[in-house]
Amino acid sequence: MEVIFILIGISIVMASSFLWLFIRAMRSGQYDDTYTPSIRILFDQKVKTKEKEVPSTKSK
Amino acid sequence: MSKYHKTVADKAAKTCYHCGEVCVEEIIPYDDKSFCCTGCKLVYDVLLENDLCNYYAIENNPGGTQRNVSTRGNRFDYLSDEEIIRKLLDFQNETESHVTFTIPLIHCASCIWLLENLHQLHDGVISGRVDFLKKTVHVKFNHQRISLRDLVLLLSHIGYEPTINLADVENKRARPIDRKLIYKLAVAGFCFGNMMFFSLPEYFSEAELLGDGFRGLFNYLNVGLALPVFFYSATDYYRSAWIALKNRTVNMDVPIVIGIFALFFFSLYEIFIVGQEGYMDTLGGLLFFLLIGKIYQQKTFDTLSFDRDYKAYFPVAVTRVKQGAEEVIPLTKLQVGDIIRVRHEELIPSDSILIEGEASIDYSFVTGEEVPVNKKQGELVYAGGRQKGNPITLTVQKSPSQGYLTDLWNNEAFEKKEDSSLESLATRISGKFTVTVLMIALAALVYWSYTDVALGVRAFTAVLIITCPCALAMSTPFTLGNTLRIFGQGKFYLKNPQVIERMAKVDTVVFDKTGTLTDPSAASITYQGEPLTLQTKAIVKSLVNNSTHPLSNRINSWLEGVHLERLDKIEEIKGKGLVGLYKGQEIRLGSADFTGAETNGQTGGNQVFLAVEGSVLGCFSIQSGLRPGIAQVVQKMGKDRDVHFLSGDHDHERVHLQGVFGPDVTMNFNQSPLQKLDYLKKLRQAGRQCVMIGDGLNDAGALRESRVGVALTTQASNFSPASDAIMDATALTNLPTYLDFAKTSRKIIKASFGLSFTYNAVGVFFAVQGLVSPLFCAILMPLSSISVVVFTTITTNYIAYTMGLKKKII
Repeated sequence: MEVIFILIGISIVMASSFLWLFIRAMRSGQYDDTYTPSIRILFDQKVKTKEKEVPSTKSK
Repeated sequence: MSKYHKTVADKAAKTCYHCGEVCVEEIIPYDDKSFCCTGCKLVYDVLLENDLCNYYAIENNPGGTQRNVSTRGNRFDYLSDEEIIRKLLDFQNETESHVTFTIPLIHCASCIWLLENLHQLHDGVISGRVDFLKKTVHVKFNHQRISLRDLVLLLSHIGYEPTINLADVENKRARPIDRKLIYKLAVAGFCFGNMMFFSLPEYFSEAELLGDGFRGLFNYLNVGLALPVFFYSATDYYRSAWIALKNRTVNMDVPIVIGIFALFFFSLYEIFIVGQEGYMDTLGGLLFFLLIGKIYQQKTFDTLSFDRDYKAYFPVAVTRVKQGAEEVIPLTKLQVGDIIRVRHEELIPSDSILIEGEASIDYSFVTGEEVPVNKKQGELVYAGGRQKGNPITLTVQKSPSQGYLTDLWNNEAFEKKEDSSLESLATRISGKFTVTVLMIALAALVYWSYTDVALGVRAFTAVLIITCPCALAMSTPFTLGNTLRIFGQGKFYLKNPQVIERMAKVDTVVFDKTGTLTDPSAASITYQGEPLTLQTKAIVKSLVNNSTHPLSNRINSWLEGVHLERLDKIEEIKGKGLVGLYKGQEIRLGSADFTGAETNGQTGGNQVFLAVEGSVLGCFSIQSGLRPGIAQVVQKMGKDRDVHFLSGDHDHERVHLQGVFGPDVTMNFNQSPLQKLDYLKKLRQAGRQCVMIGDGLNDAGALRESRVGVALTTQASNFSPASDAIMDATALTNLPTYLDFAKTSRKIIKASFGLSFTYNAVGVFFAVQGLVSPLFCAILMPLSSISVVVFTTITTNYIAYTMGLKKKII
């Protein structure tokens, strides 16, 4: 029965990590807007037909 | 079949490919598509050039009409001002800037797609991120490649001009979203779940089987898990109870805190001293359910803003004329004596005197009346109006914060905080509840102490634990939260649940007249003069068809069904009228001096004259009509509540209105914004609980002074003055039902209080005998909470259904 001590330890660690993940997701703002992503996911990733240099985000 | 196809094709040909509006004035064919104006065509052109025509594939006609958009290039010059840039930006480092714009036009998937593909339009833009519900876009851009001003210009080129107003500049919007409550709930939920898990063996007396080692471990784990609940999740309740006690009152949170303390410390005593299991799982469950209730009550309408003052719609910048040259300066730098120029569709930022040009000013934001007012040179023009027509030049008389209208905000009504004289039902009951519970607990202690002191202490704490007002505390938030949602579905948006309790006590209803009781689209038109032939009607119809002036629109809808006649030339002279040529004859439609007519001294309503070749044929009198169904609403409310009208207009409509609404209605005309405020103040001092329904900025003071201020608006996301509630104009006829339902929700709260008292009575019956076990607690507590929640949810929804506020029960 002593195995229960280990199992309890594992279960607490798992549950706490879920709590931590949730709080992290919350903090990063994932739950602030729950509507727009549902539309965004339906957009096609269009392959660029026009040859245009890809803008770099870094300044030169 | 073919006929059907033809009509569809016809329709497609006549609606604008960009904005979907019917092309009235002209059709611009371009690239096999038709556009209603050059603005729309330009937007299409920009998108075509950048290979972004997918915009039109996601939704049909996704754009907004570009017809009335100002195209003046220098109107964003103020965005080059370092100070303004600093205030608008969310973040800035050497290469990157972040900014959040509010764009009211955001309405469909295409909008999101386009705004998130801004980087394809300009390589200075790094990314765009849309929040659809808040109607904002968060843009990251490289400010060395594109300036803020150019970015705004880019957005306006594609038809998405952001609104930037004084409030954005004056106080930074970056209000952090309050996520603390969710964290607290998450922690409480986590601890509760695990504590239940470790307490399970105790419930079924399995702990003996496992041996003392496990029992001790489980209990200590429970204590460990209870610590975050006690020291973190419950902190809001301590604070609130402490504030209440400091003010020598008892609110709902006081008995809750007593319960939490009793649970926690008695459990510590049981676990560490006696060596028993304690009630930590009940403590976790209690906080978990309480916090759910709190969150449920916090329904917010993100897109609506209830606290707007004049700053929220004043422009950030004005055009100042200095030594003959125009410059765009921030409004904050505007000084008395400056000469400013205001163009078509621009707002007059401060009380000023007209020195040049013809002012035709639309005060619909202020008064709700959308027919422009003409002003002559030398007249004082109040801030808040929108110029229609040619540019005007003005001298500033007062600084923007001290005008006739903005003075309202300096009134003391805006300084005082939300007063708490009207305490909520729950607060009143909880005072009595706390006293009763303490009395019972003490009685039990005294009674048992004669025989067994230990049993007396146990009974004492058991009473405190079992009567923990969980169910009591849940009934209010869930009932009010449900009511808030039901109202929201009916397009009546409340600022917070407390408004419902205040609504329930309303005994006086005050209406603003213009724009609230009257509806521009319900205008009544009478024609006097030579009878109109069908042909003349057709000519008039074709004339007004070409104008966006409110009076033209009304005449247009009055002439519904009349066919159009072809006119040779149509011209609109802003602020005066329309002129057209029909078979060589000049037709004029407009104001008295424009048509050469003599005013007959009649002041009621607006008059539009019709003249052919200089001779006046007749005159249209347009009177703002009442909203459909409003008479019944007023009569229904007049039965058990007093009804008052306040109007800024002259009293020429008094007889008419009194006839419609009956003699019991008190009417007041010629009321200035400040007088309206004072009127409400007097009613309040007389002990009346007022609900004020208004729509313009001039009602802002009265809305603020009333118990419940309801701002009426035709589009909820549009401007509305600061208020407790925002109501869609179409929902006005439901107002009596809403007021009744607010009363009903109070009754539901009372009924669910009764239910939770029953639970408490049962609990106390066992508690005073010292018979409460952790298992008993663990079952009774969630059971009572959940049943109260189920009861309030079902009754509110069912009653809303029977009252016709909802179409489905759930």
